[in-house]
Amino acid sequence: MTDTLAPAPPTPGARKAPAGPSRWARVTGHPLLYPLLAMVVLLIINVIATPTFLNVRVQDGHLFGSPIDIIRNSAPVLLVALGMTLVIATRGIDLSVGAVAAIAGAVACTRIVAAPDEGALVTAVMAVTLALAVCVLLGVWNGFLVSVLGIQPIIATLVLMVAGRGLAMLITDGQITTVNNPAFSKLASGYLFGLPIAFLVALGMVGLTALLTRRTALGMLIEAVGINPAASRLAGVRARTITWTVYTFAAVCAGLAGVIIAANTRSVNANSLGLWIELDAILAVVIGGTALTGGRFSLAGTLVGALLIATLARTIPNIGIPSEANYLFKAVVVVAVCVVQSPRARAALRVRRPSVTKVEAR
Amino acid sequence: MTQTYQEPLVTSHHASAPVIEMLDISITFGNVHALDQVSLRLYPGEVHALMGENGAGKSTLIKALTGVYSIDAGTITVGGQRHEFHSPSAAQAAGISTVYQEINLVPNLTVAENMLLGREPRRFGGIHVREMNRRAQQTLRALGLDIDPASVLGEHPIAVQQLVAIARAVDVDARVLILDEPTSSLDGDEVEKLFDVLRRLRADGVAIVFVSHFLDQIYEIADRMTILRNGTLIEERMVADTPRLELVQLMIGRELEELDRLGRGSGSVPDPSRVPVLEVVGLSRKGALEATDLSLYDGEVVGVAGLLGSGRTELARLLFGADSADHGEIAIRSTRRRLRSPRHAIDRKLAFTSEDRKAEGIVGDLTVADNMLLALQASRGWLRPIPQSVRTRLVQQYMEALNIRPADPQALMRNLSGGNQQKVLLARWLITDPHVLILDEPTRGIDIGAKAQIQSLVAELASKGMSVVFISAELEEVLRLSHRMVVMRDRRKIAELSNDDVRVGDLLRIIATEATDVEQEGSSDD
Repeated sequence: MTDTLAPAPPTPGARKAPAGPSRWARVTGHPLLYPLLAMVVLLIINVIATPTFLNVRVQDGHLFGSPIDIIRNSAPVLLVALGMTLVIATRGIDLSVGAVAAIAGAVACTRIVAAPDEGALVTAVMAVTLALAVCVLLGVWNGFLVSVLGIQPIIATLVLMVAGRGLAMLITDGQITTVNNPAFSKLASGYLFGLPIAFLVALGMVGLTALLTRRTALGMLIEAVGINPAASRLAGVRARTITWTVYTFAAVCAGLAGVIIAANTRSVNANSLGLWIELDAILAVVIGGTALTGGRFSLAGTLVGALLIATLARTIPNIGIPSEANYLFKAVVVVAVCVVQSPRARAALRVRRPSVTKVEAR
Repeated sequence: MTQTYQEPLVTSHHASAPVIEMLDISITFGNVHALDQVSLRLYPGEVHALMGENGAGKSTLIKALTGVYSIDAGTITVGGQRHEFHSPSAAQAAGISTVYQEINLVPNLTVAENMLLGREPRRFGGIHVREMNRRAQQTLRALGLDIDPASVLGEHPIAVQQLVAIARAVDVDARVLILDEPTSSLDGDEVEKLFDVLRRLRADGVAIVFVSHFLDQIYEIADRMTILRNGTLIEERMVADTPRLELVQLMIGRELEELDRLGRGSGSVPDPSRVPVLEVVGLSRKGALEATDLSLYDGEVVGVAGLLGSGRTELARLLFGADSADHGEIAIRSTRRRLRSPRHAIDRKLAFTSEDRKAEGIVGDLTVADNMLLALQASRGWLRPIPQSVRTRLVQQYMEALNIRPADPQALMRNLSGGNQQKVLLARWLITDPHVLILDEPTRGIDIGAKAQIQSLVAELASKGMSVVFISAELEEVLRLSHRMVVMRDRRKIAELSNDDVRVGDLLRIIATEATDVEQEGSSDD
């Protein structure tokens, strides 16, 4: 239809990005460089403190060792951060994930305890399904407040952050409910192909999310809404549906995390399950390179961020930092990672290599 | 460059020396001359209008004066002494206050708190509320305003908030008051109230800089004006000595005769037997557009001419459902529809590119390919991604057809030049196969080559049956492309004419006519 306009002359060179940046530039420019470096540094510190830290041995057909503990323990934060990544990409935030995790744990555990056959596999499956169904409702609620009523996400999800713990308390009658269901416990402590099931579940969710966002148009539309809501609206993007979807998804992820935490302790304490996990999750997302201002998101980054946080948690006792200094040490590491990731610090690193700045300018 | 300086015919008898003199101010951003040797003189007790179309340099000049931008060359003299402000607060301390279109006040504080924010009267280590309210009341009274100082600012209409902003500016002993488009969201009565306040201030010897797109208001309130175009000073004039037609010429900047030669285009008279693809009756929105009728037919380019603020953009936004209309009926192929959102409009085969490409067009951090396919993908919903082969084919096809550079679908949109971004946005809509294409200033701020390409594309689309609404501040462009033209002024359609031997001068005359003449002009065209 526009055949009278001169077609672009075929310029095969121009199809690729202008002459690839140098290897140095690609390495220093990669958003995951510093989180990965931080991880390596942490592991080295651990090995110095405990030379056998990285040893993994096979026992009863399973893998054992600190690295395996780290990946297993990273599962809840990874799950919560996964949902948080999409929420943050739309310029939102979800503070209620910890409370949602508590509700999910509470629902699953009370359901198992109330079942006629407490130990059966079917009981565990039913309980987890019910817990996740409740989480869908909670996510729909958050999405409603944000996308329909237009309440700022931090306030909208604060409602459920506070009310959710109360709800979890009501479900458990304020008791610490202990369950005895082998299938349920396996979710946290079991192994498949030698690896912790919890980690496989979380990794599976990451893979599923990657498929969902990158194989459908969901990822592109989420990013469009996060980068420029006004332009997206004028292009006909149903921002409301997108927003609603991501909050629901975040709640389901949080629910799964809550179930795994409950399975790990074989009990639920509505007061403490998933407490402050929203902050670890936000941290994992930010360390992974997804900006809090929304837009482009990185699931791989979130994976690295969650693993870094789990490694950090393991490092603290291993190198003998007194538990009182626990949070302080964590804060120092986080600040260090954020500082080297900041645009200013990166720019300072780049100045020494003019070839890099040239590429960036185009 | 002509710089005709005349002695000011100032109404008051204050000192005849200028309170502010900006001389040969130049500012460059990168290699763009935002201001090139522009001068501005302000005398006490005058309302001085700063005139010019978008990109003329009005805001830049104001920001140079108030210390938001630092100047590259030139001098600023305040009260006879050389000055250069490095921050807005330094300018304010020297008695230069600015009131912006968007009000920079705190809506949940009271009127008095806002007026005295930062210099509250104190007592016993706390704020002396009664004294604060008394002082605010005093200032408001002096301006003839009846506003309760203890009421919460946010509960008042925008017009009142604007007046409070002015009262605050005046209360800090402003010698110079800068009003940047203060009237754009006010209605007639509110504007009158504002003007009463301005007249009082003028009588008190305040120098007022007034920026507005409404010519009627300029002629009502302003004494003198400085006309800018493309970052250069055109002339300083007395308002009373400048007929409207001449002012519009000075702003748009061509000699009438020269423009008349340029006028080309073929006219079309709507065939009453044809069904319009889009027809609106009495479309209006408070503060944006007064009741307007318009019919669009297949295969026709309808040009919309008018100055900034004439309602040309507002019309486009209402047609597309980007803003919702208060009144009016919309029929698409003679079926009545409600367009509550862009989504509805797109489903009815409408398309719209905003004049603000950066804020409302591009998604800068996404790739060119994603930007191009955004509207189509949004129509399909996220569950039905466009197959990879179709993506590649569409992107390839439009990149070549529109000659988009760099020809790299994976380039980030924000790294493209303005012209190429605009072409990607056009491709975004052409991919959705619209019946009506509404283009608001599609050629603003892009290079000549891209501009010519977009113009020929518009002509070609219409010849293939698309209905195009083409809005542009450049009358030559409107004339060259349109079959029919709609002239807007003061938020309404004042004329509609077929492009038979119409010349730029004719359009200028219609735009520049006074409100009272318009009635006759409009009726003769119907």
